[in-house]
Amino acid sequence: MSVELGHFALAVALALGLALGVLPLVGAQRHDARLMAVAQPAAMAQFVAIVIAFATLIAAFVNNDFSVALVASHSNTDLPTELRVAASWGSHEGSMLLWSLMLSGWTCAVAAFSRTLSSVLRARILGVLGLVSVGFLLFLLFTSNPFERLLPAAAQGRDLNPLLQDPGMVFHPPLLYMGYVGLSVAFAFAVAGLIGGRFDAAWARWARPWTTVAWCFLTLGIALGSFWAYYELGWGGWWFWDPVENASFMPWLVATALIHSLAVAEKRGAFRSWTVLLAILGFSLSLVGTFLVRSGVLTSVHAFATDPARGVFILAFLVIVIGGSLILFAWRAPTIGAGNSFAPISRESMLLANNILLVVAMAAVMLGTLYPLVLDTLGLGKISVGPPYFEAVFFPVMAPALFLIAVGPLARWKRSELPPLVTRLRWAFAISVVSALLAPLAAAAAGVDGPAWRPLTSLGLAFGFWIIAGVVVAVTDSLRTPGRRFALAHAGSRARMQPASVWGMHLAHLGMGAFVVGVTLVNSYQISTELRAEVGHTIELGDYRLHFTGLDHVTGPNYDSDRGHFEVRDASGKLIAELHPEKRVYRASGQPMTEAAIDRSLLRDIYVSMGEPLGGTVWAIRAHIKPFVNWIWLGCVMMAAGGFLAVADKRYRRRLAQRESRAVASARA
Amino acid sequence: MRSLRFIIPLLLFAVIGLFLYKGLSNDPRKIPSPLVDKPAPAFSLPVLGADGRAWGPEEMRGKVWLLNIWGSWCAACQIEHPLFNQIASAGSLPLVGLAWKDDPAASTRWLERLGNPYTVVISDRAGRTAIDYGVYGAPESFLIDKRGVIRFKQTGPFSAEIIRDQLMPLVRKLEAEPGA
Amino acid sequence: MSDQPASVPVDEERLKALSEELRCLVCQNQSLADSSAELAGDLRDEVREQMASGRSDDEIKEFLVARYGDFVLFKPPLKQTTWALWAGPFALLGAGAGAWWLVQRRQRLANDAGRSTGAPAGPADKAGSDTAGPAVDPAEAAREKARRLLD
Repeated sequence: MSVELGHFALAVALALGLALGVLPLVGAQRHDARLMAVAQPAAMAQFVAIVIAFATLIAAFVNNDFSVALVASHSNTDLPTELRVAASWGSHEGSMLLWSLMLSGWTCAVAAFSRTLSSVLRARILGVLGLVSVGFLLFLLFTSNPFERLLPAAAQGRDLNPLLQDPGMVFHPPLLYMGYVGLSVAFAFAVAGLIGGRFDAAWARWARPWTTVAWCFLTLGIALGSFWAYYELGWGGWWFWDPVENASFMPWLVATALIHSLAVAEKRGAFRSWTVLLAILGFSLSLVGTFLVRSGVLTSVHAFATDPARGVFILAFLVIVIGGSLILFAWRAPTIGAGNSFAPISRESMLLANNILLVVAMAAVMLGTLYPLVLDTLGLGKISVGPPYFEAVFFPVMAPALFLIAVGPLARWKRSELPPLVTRLRWAFAISVVSALLAPLAAAAAGVDGPAWRPLTSLGLAFGFWIIAGVVVAVTDSLRTPGRRFALAHAGSRARMQPASVWGMHLAHLGMGAFVVGVTLVNSYQISTELRAEVGHTIELGDYRLHFTGLDHVTGPNYDSDRGHFEVRDASGKLIAELHPEKRVYRASGQPMTEAAIDRSLLRDIYVSMGEPLGGTVWAIRAHIKPFVNWIWLGCVMMAAGGFLAVADKRYRRRLAQRESRAVASARA
Repeated sequence: MRSLRFIIPLLLFAVIGLFLYKGLSNDPRKIPSPLVDKPAPAFSLPVLGADGRAWGPEEMRGKVWLLNIWGSWCAACQIEHPLFNQIASAGSLPLVGLAWKDDPAASTRWLERLGNPYTVVISDRAGRTAIDYGVYGAPESFLIDKRGVIRFKQTGPFSAEIIRDQLMPLVRKLEAEPGA
Repeated sequence: MSDQPASVPVDEERLKALSEELRCLVCQNQSLADSSAELAGDLRDEVREQMASGRSDDEIKEFLVARYGDFVLFKPPLKQTTWALWAGPFALLGAGAGAWWLVQRRQRLANDAGRSTGAPAGPADKAGSDTAGPAVDPAEAAREKARRLLD
């Protein structure tokens, strides 16, 4: 398949996108069923076209077609096949094509699973998605054509950036984009709703599962990125408050606020205009993130090769999409209408607080990320805003939100009383305070090396255990028959009575608790060392001894590496693990890469990486002990799992429920 | 009246969008030098190939001169080097080259190949003097006046336009100033 | 990674902490501690030597800022141009708290005014709404009730 076919397919996709974007919207205004009916087939056809386009690009990579410019600059015959596939999205152009593919996929999914939506609403949603796709396809075709030819063809490619030659990096962009692009569905729902002026509970109910799934993918994508950075970059860090990381974190914060806000909108009809604004904001931040990464406006380790011309295009696109939707909001939001009222102490008021806190947190991150740009533009000098700033500012803002995680699920809708809440949570409070004070003491008593006790350690642990204990309280309460004492026999049936969405919530909150505990413990008790070591040397780190037993040479498919061998023993001399970190040099690019060796467990990671060769068998070695670091990513996975569980709730599978009730009825007949 | 609230998000976006647009024409990697209009830091570095003879900026007191940080490993330095050769043959501005973190043999060979426009070439192998001058990449150049004050810093290679439109007019202005 | 990591003995924890606050100028957004660039190594050696000669963290930072500008600090100094940066998040937090309180107040006033549904109940300052929306239709209301019972 030649890439010209792919190029043509993209053009077809653009035409289909225009049809999808314009006709159904016109049809919805005029209640013209034929025009509205264009939406579904157009969406599916567009998806097929983009799949074809992407397939031709992947084929070009797999077949080492170096007459395609992208393949010549990002691939190599020595690159393993699976990485050649991943290389297709390892460049700006390829990743934009991936964006378009995902957008089209989500559009298709909405077209397929929206039979129960009114045709007017469906036509509008698909229409908005179609218009967004037109923007991306225009950008692709006019400024970032992935199918450009390189003539004469190169004899060999320049190889994929070694940083990207890794399974973590293979899956990180697709997961992340699934999240970014998934937020466009909520956005389309919001805009469609604003156009139509209808925001009843049905609107919120349709929007909820789509938004939650997008949030799950975004969570996984960010977590995978962090996990990858931890083992690939060689110095054991997992979050750097880098502008591009922040660009993915801001939509996540807003998406989290959105899924909570949708819950209120669905159940109580309140917060409707706020929910609409959040939906617009979430996708807007995804787009702004795209802009930041590709325009050269901010420096980042993640930045693609930058091109201000592209930056102008994306900015224009941003202005049209975000500006347009915000104008629509300013104009139509007054017609949205209010929902039911609620008392100062109620689940609604706590979710309102949660929303406000998350948006403030997002604004704080945005402030820090854009401030250097603002000062520079105003001619007020160049400054750097890095981790010290974000850490100082982010945790105070998030702390009240963390506190509310335990309280919110226990509060009743519309009106709740404070004294019963306090009573139910008193044990949770006690546990969190006690464990926060005891844990550092226990650690010190056990002789755990590391920095002396810091107040932040206890504070972090207090919040983490508070959240976990709060979930336990909520779960045991729900398993108890009201008014009676807890009985294991009844717990099972009570558990089944709880809908999946509630269990999903508990799982996600539990994940958050695990995350907070992991972050606190790793920041407080991690130990690092950096020194010159020779074969035969033993490095002492905390309770462990690392024997540097040997060094050898490895020839990989497209790299050469020096591999060190380490035996890790505990204080008693027992062998715990054998670690083989590598320092690779990729032949095509000459770029060096550190491959750290990590012995992982739930309680700690032992992390060794090779720095620079210092002559002979002497190397600069970095080693870390990272206690509980895996709780960070396990917490994220639990959060995403909770989200998926919530979406699996029968409530959303109306057909399934109807079928079941019909089956029961016919069985009885 | 209350519905004016709904315009707030749009206004905020307009402000942010404006900054993003302005930001496109910025270069976030260019760091302005805080050393302009401050005295050039003193140093004592060995002259290239002169077996240990030391040289310092005080030897240029009373003259307007250009300190150029370069290296044989630096690709961009080759872009501006022909322009320096022209300046040297015209005699319009004394040039002092500082070979930064460079192997002296490699520096010498590079100059033999590409021409030596410098009145003197000094070697900063450890890079400490460069740090003193706030150097973070090569090439960088400092225009220093008769009293030893840095008056202009060029980050990155010179172009003919910059030399013609910014550097030389300033040189003429500084030449007219009284010496120390 | 410095070439001679143990050449000049200093408090390594202190060196690491300070290096994490300083920016590697030739990297894309990395700290001196994390970077393997040559200039970063030179700067780390410079910091190490200054520490060994007894300079304080603040003096070392001043030394670098005098040569490279505020850009070299990852923790922006509190100046006239940066007070908006440092005060911003806390001001926003205050504004958020204010917004929350305002919404509660409006709710309370509405509840006091009458028990009718459709009382103004918009959240947050950005998107308050006080026109009563279209009445929720009865079938919806019944379904809502059922769902609420399940929760």
